[in-house]
Amino acid sequence: MDYTIIIGLEIHVQLQTESKMFSASGTAFGLPPNTQTDPVSLGLPGTLPVMNRKAFDLALKTAMALGATISRFTKWDRKNYYYPDLPKNYQISQYDLPFSLGGSLDIPAQKEGSGGGQCRLTRVHLEEDTGKLTHGVGGWSEVDLNRAGIPLLEIVSEPDIRNAADARACLEELRLTLIYLGVSDCEMQEGSLRCDANVNLHIQKDGKTIATPIVEIKNLNSFRSVERALEYEAERQYAKWQKDGLTIKDAFKETRGWSDPEGITKPQRQKETAADYRYFPEPDLVPVVVDDAWLDRVRATIGELPGPRRKRFETEFGLTPYDANVLVEQGQDVADYFETLAKTAGDAKLASNWIQQDVMRILSERKLKLAEFPIKIEVLGDLLRRVHIKALSTHQGREVLAKLLESDESLEQIIEAGGYGVISDRNALSKVIEEMIAANPKAMEDLKGGKKKPDAVKGFLRGQVMKATGGKADPSLVGDLLDERLANVQD
Amino acid sequence: MIEPTRMSAVELINQMSAGHLSAEEVTRAYIDRIDRLDRSVKSFLLFDPESALTVARSIDQKRRNGEHLGPLAGVPIALKDNLCTPGLPTTCGSRMLQNFRPPYEATVIRKLREADAVFIGKTNMDEFAMGSSTENSAYGATCNPWDLERIPGGSSGGSAASVAADFAPLSIGSDTGGSIRQPAALCGIVGLKPTYGRVSRYGLIAFASSLDQIGPFAHDLADTSLLLQVISGHDPHDATSVDSPVPDYLATLEKPPERLRIGLVREFFSEGLDPEIEAAVREAVRLYVGAGATVKDVSLPHSKYGTAAYYIVAPAECSSNLARYDGTIFGHRAADWSPRTPEEAEIPPLIRMMMASRAEGFGAEVKRRIMLGTFALSAGYADQYYNQALKVRRLIRNDFDAAFADVDVLIGPTTPTAAFKLGEKAADPLAMYLSDIYTITTNLAGIPGLSIPCGLTKSGLPIGLQLMAPAFAEENLLRTARVFERQTDWHTRRPSLA
Repeated sequence: MDYTIIIGLEIHVQLQTESKMFSASGTAFGLPPNTQTDPVSLGLPGTLPVMNRKAFDLALKTAMALGATISRFTKWDRKNYYYPDLPKNYQISQYDLPFSLGGSLDIPAQKEGSGGGQCRLTRVHLEEDTGKLTHGVGGWSEVDLNRAGIPLLEIVSEPDIRNAADARACLEELRLTLIYLGVSDCEMQEGSLRCDANVNLHIQKDGKTIATPIVEIKNLNSFRSVERALEYEAERQYAKWQKDGLTIKDAFKETRGWSDPEGITKPQRQKETAADYRYFPEPDLVPVVVDDAWLDRVRATIGELPGPRRKRFETEFGLTPYDANVLVEQGQDVADYFETLAKTAGDAKLASNWIQQDVMRILSERKLKLAEFPIKIEVLGDLLRRVHIKALSTHQGREVLAKLLESDESLEQIIEAGGYGVISDRNALSKVIEEMIAANPKAMEDLKGGKKKPDAVKGFLRGQVMKATGGKADPSLVGDLLDERLANVQD
Repeated sequence: MIEPTRMSAVELINQMSAGHLSAEEVTRAYIDRIDRLDRSVKSFLLFDPESALTVARSIDQKRRNGEHLGPLAGVPIALKDNLCTPGLPTTCGSRMLQNFRPPYEATVIRKLREADAVFIGKTNMDEFAMGSSTENSAYGATCNPWDLERIPGGSSGGSAASVAADFAPLSIGSDTGGSIRQPAALCGIVGLKPTYGRVSRYGLIAFASSLDQIGPFAHDLADTSLLLQVISGHDPHDATSVDSPVPDYLATLEKPPERLRIGLVREFFSEGLDPEIEAAVREAVRLYVGAGATVKDVSLPHSKYGTAAYYIVAPAECSSNLARYDGTIFGHRAADWSPRTPEEAEIPPLIRMMMASRAEGFGAEVKRRIMLGTFALSAGYADQYYNQALKVRRLIRNDFDAAFADVDVLIGPTTPTAAFKLGEKAADPLAMYLSDIYTITTNLAGIPGLSIPCGLTKSGLPIGLQLMAPAFAEENLLRTARVFERQTDWHTRRPSLA
């Protein structure tokens, strides 16, 4: 099976604005049908669109962050087609002069190190979303225009992606970038991030490359379905080609829909000829001229993006790529939280571990957002600082954290009342070690007689020491002291 | 005191402010006249005397209370039926919108309401403003008050006829290729198409968005100035409305223009121009020369392509603008869309419903233009037609720019002929299209055009003089026209309706 999968993505992103692309009505999701509408978004006769500059700002912000070239002159066009989810029977979109050309999406490498790279973008343009149809109510279809007119960014990629996992990674990275930019909530389930994939195969046969017909896959409602559908489609196309030998020259582009429960793609309406949308410049809107000042103003709102932040977490904070990625992937609030906590605690690795293991667990157990985390970041930072300087052991730190969550007492009060602290006095600990050896003569006998391995004896004695000190002994120091002490015995 | 229905809006306002007349008396006088005479003219699609009287009485009350009154307080006005009036039928002269009652208000309607004008009714028009005779209305033709066997022009024929017949001193029309100026000329009144962007189009049901412009009808230039002033100005709801200050047109009307450099468009005096009309226009030019004007022949070389370009651009936009009327959300929905042929049985029911609804809802001229426009925008043809027409449009705009380098106002006939007979051109769309031959180019260029009465034919039909000026030069356009109006009495002539 010698073939390459060729994948290009067409991504639609709803921009997070208060009002619609060309009118004043709201954009909230999940409200009763046709309540987020106004005369303009209903397409009432006589109404006119007026551009939402905020939406254009967000579109510029996104395109700039993706490294695209911003057109200084852009215009709106009408895309004409009859469909009941489109109240005017035309969609205001951008045709030959999109506001943004080029740019690229990062494809992070897979965990095992394969894949990764970049996917070039053809263009990014802005348009209005359509309404939503619900079929099958007594044989009728129902139209909900709440979504009609929501600002929609269309991101079209070049066919640069070569495997399904990369397509998914690329999309996930885009989602993270958009969330960092604060331009969209990117909920695939709610449709604020939608993806269609164009895929075909380049099959190597007898020294020649044969391209199979291009298939556009729709109805991809999750990142997982993007990956699964592309994997399925590659196999299907290969099997089909083996059977009928049809190439890209023999067939038009086919549209297929992904059925998640069945795990297969199914043919959708066949485009027998290229649809004729009769594009022409939207006469109700004026062209948009983007000047330097506008670009500068928008550029200033772009914060640090996920890629650079991961790098900085590795170099500035000494995190592993894995840890850096986990923190960045959780979103800006978590990454910001980490930076603050790392600085307060004076230990980035410790802060990273505690966020990943404790903070995240507590948040998910209690179904809280990070901003609602019950312990103030300064207090947690203080606690971690004490663990870092070994005023508390890790185990003690976790106990203190649990108590902080349950009581109103301050960190100081809890530590004092619980008698928490670490014994790191060599002489004191040596003395305890001798006492434990004396109290457990069998341990030394087993060691001398070779009945037990040194590590087992060491572990046993360390447990005894920790028990005797109520868990306060510095475990690593105890370990060192035991090594010295037991080494003498063996000699 | 003369009949209120023979007074101008300015005179009515003076009489009402002086307490000689109440708004109710004025409104009632017009209502009575409409009751008596509109049976023969048929200018109104909606005539609502009760609402008009209610508004008139409330204005009288406000006056008695000493409250602030708007600049059109108590003046009756007729509105073309393509302007969205909340809760009132707004049919566009189409069966398609027979039951459309807009839930929102056009900006122009709001401005007029806030100016305390009294809406006397909504006027007949060619369906979706497509036509030059008002015969394309789904609700029957309007007659020319000067000769009831003739057309009043169009598409704003009802608005023009209502003023010509003294059913209202003022009315509002819309002009996409001459739909204000041509009926104004044929009805012997003043009609102004303002600069594109001068008046908000929000709430004007679109025909061709890049050409449509709302404008006033009146008997004279003072009333025209007053009404223009009320309806002009930037509107945040219309991205194509221009944010430039609105001059006090009425206040400056009597000031003679600083310069009187007039251009005669050579191309407007060619084959097809009725000799009587040409004579009247030449007479007007002599009057201007007498008033000290310098007159110069100018050429708009690309104007000969104007009609061709217009009949690509306007239908293209209309094919898209009217797409929403498919019976799904808006417009007439056919009761029966069952397949009539085996081929139709293959078409999905939704599409059949749209097809049947559009087939029933639209008249022949609208369908013709939708098909023209759909074709002109189709892949493979757009470059040949639509994009070519846009180039012509730019050339025409350049022609005007060049002409206005040397002259301040262009003068010519508004129409090639006076009002023709009802039915005369109904079967010949091309002949009908040519009645806008002199008006179309100003829409393509976006500049203002004004038609004022300048004579009567031997058979007693009005003749219009067209004046054109650079964009946003309405003030000078009106003042230049006033030079003629001051020295003539054509604007005082009335048809004898009885």
